[in-house]
Amino acid sequence: MTALLEIKDLHVHFDVYGGTLRVLDGVNFVVQSGQRVGLVGETGCGKTTTMKSILRILPTPPARIPQGEIYFKGQDVLKMKKGDLQRIRSEGISMIFQDPTAALNPVFTIGQQLEAVVRHSMEGGKLSKGKIREQALVPLREVSLPDPERMLDSYPIQLSGGMRQRICIAMALVASRELLIADEPGTSLDVTIEDQILRLLRRLVEEKNVSVILITHTLGVVRETTDRVYVMYAGNMVEVADTEELFANPLHPYTHGLMAAVPRLTGGGISDGIPGRIPDYLNPPPGCRFHPRCERAMDICREEKPAFYQVNTDHEVACFLYRDGQK
Amino acid sequence: MNRDDILTATDLKKYFVIGHSDLLKRNPITVKAVDGVSFAVREGETLGLVGESGSGKSTVAYTTIGMYRPSAGAIRFRGRDLFEGNKPRSLALKKEIQIVFQDPGSSLNPRRTIKQILELPLRIHRRNEDRMEQVIRLLEMVELPPDYAYKYPQMLGGGEKQMIAIARALATDPAFIILDEPTSALDVSIQGKIINLLMQLQDEFNLSYLFITHDLSLMRNVASRVAIMYLGKICEVARTAEFFRQPYHPYTQMLLSAIPVISEEEETLKPKRIVSTGEIPSPVNVPGGCSFHLRCPARMEVCSRVDPVMVEVEEGHTVRCHLYEQGIGVQGQ
Amino acid sequence: MTAQIQNADLARSKLAESLGRNWYKFSRNPLSIVGLGAVSLVVFLAVFAPLVAPHPEAAGKFVDFENASLAPCVRYPFGTDVIGRDIMSRIFFGFRFSLTMGVIVLALVVPVGVTLGLIAGYNQGTWLETVIMRVTDIFLAVPPLVLALAIASVLTPNLFNAMIAVSLMWWPWYTRLVYGLASTLRNEFFVSSAETLGASKAHIIFREILPNCISPIFTKMSLDMGWVILIGSSLSFVGLGVQPPKPGLGTMVADGSNYLPDQWWISVFPALAIVVVVLSFNLLGDGLRDMFAAEEV
Repeated sequence: MTALLEIKDLHVHFDVYGGTLRVLDGVNFVVQSGQRVGLVGETGCGKTTTMKSILRILPTPPARIPQGEIYFKGQDVLKMKKGDLQRIRSEGISMIFQDPTAALNPVFTIGQQLEAVVRHSMEGGKLSKGKIREQALVPLREVSLPDPERMLDSYPIQLSGGMRQRICIAMALVASRELLIADEPGTSLDVTIEDQILRLLRRLVEEKNVSVILITHTLGVVRETTDRVYVMYAGNMVEVADTEELFANPLHPYTHGLMAAVPRLTGGGISDGIPGRIPDYLNPPPGCRFHPRCERAMDICREEKPAFYQVNTDHEVACFLYRDGQK
Repeated sequence: MNRDDILTATDLKKYFVIGHSDLLKRNPITVKAVDGVSFAVREGETLGLVGESGSGKSTVAYTTIGMYRPSAGAIRFRGRDLFEGNKPRSLALKKEIQIVFQDPGSSLNPRRTIKQILELPLRIHRRNEDRMEQVIRLLEMVELPPDYAYKYPQMLGGGEKQMIAIARALATDPAFIILDEPTSALDVSIQGKIINLLMQLQDEFNLSYLFITHDLSLMRNVASRVAIMYLGKICEVARTAEFFRQPYHPYTQMLLSAIPVISEEEETLKPKRIVSTGEIPSPVNVPGGCSFHLRCPARMEVCSRVDPVMVEVEEGHTVRCHLYEQGIGVQGQ
Repeated sequence: MTAQIQNADLARSKLAESLGRNWYKFSRNPLSIVGLGAVSLVVFLAVFAPLVAPHPEAAGKFVDFENASLAPCVRYPFGTDVIGRDIMSRIFFGFRFSLTMGVIVLALVVPVGVTLGLIAGYNQGTWLETVIMRVTDIFLAVPPLVLALAIASVLTPNLFNAMIAVSLMWWPWYTRLVYGLASTLRNEFFVSSAETLGASKAHIIFREILPNCISPIFTKMSLDMGWVILIGSSLSFVGLGVQPPKPGLGTMVADGSNYLPDQWWISVFPALAIVVVVLSFNLLGDGLRDMFAAEEV
């Protein structure tokens, strides 16, 4: 079965004063149809850069993609022409950003912004004004917003954070979408509203077979809302498994560290977390990029980069500790 | 008021007028951000304050630190009214009560070096000592090397910036520190170090904390008592273990049931899942009666008419809910 | 002691690194470098005019009717005017007036305008802000050139009074700029932090808020150099600034306007000189804006 999205050996560099930031260092990532995939990692690990590469919305310059392929439904996005890329952006993939307030233009009404999206979608360009407004209402209802007609005439500032985020999701659903990338959708929201948003995403997956990539640094959210999880560190994927398997059996020392760092409802204090900082992308450490912070680093870790080693079905780790399968 | 309460709030209210509904300015539109909040922090303890956005917890913090004046009610530090007369707060009181803000990116001036940032409180509150030495000592207290003094905040990671913010709060040698979501903007991997540092400093200097966060799992590990706020009022207060083991208020139960946890063991500790329906009402349009009644799964007829009062259901455990008034007994769940 | 030395070294190396980084940002656009070069050239010519001008005596009282009204040639690259003075040399000396005007006007206007803007911005909602901003509004409401003309015509026409006139109409722009910046910045948490620590208002205004306004102020100052010079030249052109026989650029353009189009070089070269000066300060200002822009990765 061809995957809906497949990222192969993606490298992304940024040219800045002082040299080149080698941010993404060979990223591999697969999403199947109708799957909810979580992407977990610290700030600065490259999650957003990876997602922006998929839609090719990185600022180039200073960004450069020296190597790698991104296949969406079998076609390499990085080699696409403008027209094809536009179609993907308007119909195939859409992205919901972290801060819904920043994603909505404060001087236009919700209706105006939604209608603009409708008009730019491939079929929307030919519709009459009335039809466009009707089309704009459809996704608003899908995201359970109260009083959609009045919503169309409201300005973003009149709405709460939860509503704004739902509108961003509605905008992402305007044309038939196959892949939704949600970048930390609950960060600026309350727990109960975040809960609602995540349930909404789950319903969309079930009803419309939309695939979702959920980026977050909150492990608890990942556990409750995804089928499969990628753990990312400093520009590389370090572990991938089905969600249940990952939480039952975390393998990579970084994954261990992340889980140990989460405060528990059982009380008992909090661990100090993972010592050290993410590496300087100008001069990343040789070999495995995590080795300076890793308790179990071996000599080989300082010299060579580990590949992905298969441990169980569908559970892979990029760590020399598992070079020969499950240790 | 107990003898060892270091900070108490009594029926604190803070209203903001955000506009008027007519041109002649007769009907002000008021946001009742804090609408009758009372709490006490004991010396050396951490009182946790939980709430969603619009609950008023940040307004409580900003009023306590003196950024706002209360519309009504009082806040007392060691018995002294912090807002006595119409005067701005004295330097002596500013020294004693400090705050660490949520976002270290905006609470440190990007155009000042760490040394300048830390020297400011030293210059204002302590005289006649070698300031460079003191700056280095403050850096040591938060486990940062002395060469950080010449860096600018942008050169530091998020966790390190927050350490500087903590060091700055400590520079005045305060007795009471308000921590407004100190780790919410940071990754979980560095959160622990900062929290543990705060606990250590609390022990070492006998500090009292008002710890505000929306992360209940974090609260479980940090606070000795927890108060939960909804739309400007406190719903429930209890010792931490009690609060999590035996929540009374339906809102507390709803919040606890929605905590994302990462282990099965923790799942069993949560109350049965209550899905929240509807929107959080805006603090401009607070529903009549109990402000929570529109979203409450256990609402009764009286809830839409009458605002409940705080009652003690067990020793040290108070709830504001009609279910428990006049000792009706334990209901809900 | 070693700690102090170490710290000084650190401070020095930090300075070197930040200079390098700033040059990198400045030089992304080649035009900025052109601007920097051109401004440097103008400054050099102005400062060393007596040494580099081909006929330095032409700047003052001087007549040479034998060589009057000569078209541009090798000996007089920009030609001579009706009484025989070398245009090129006069232009070099003219730069002195232009730059002097720019520097002095800005030296007067910036401290006053910025301080008023800071005070108004920080004290938003008080009578202080109202007074300052309403006065600013009044000055801004009068068309600038008209105001300058009005003032200059009341006073004796000379460079000094022209500078006064321009200063009086220029300061409100800085107040307006800084007021906008300061009123946003006062809501930043680092300002609240300084307040809760007990810092004085003066400290907050000058040490916390002002450093965050420096970039737009410097950029505007560079762009303004060009504008002040232009306005000054305009005043000179109508006879209210630099008086003949002094070689103000605007004065020279006025002098030569009677002889257009036959002896075009008498007006055209000074006019081009004005264009070059204004343009190079604009390019420099753009470069400064790039330099001050925050880096985003």
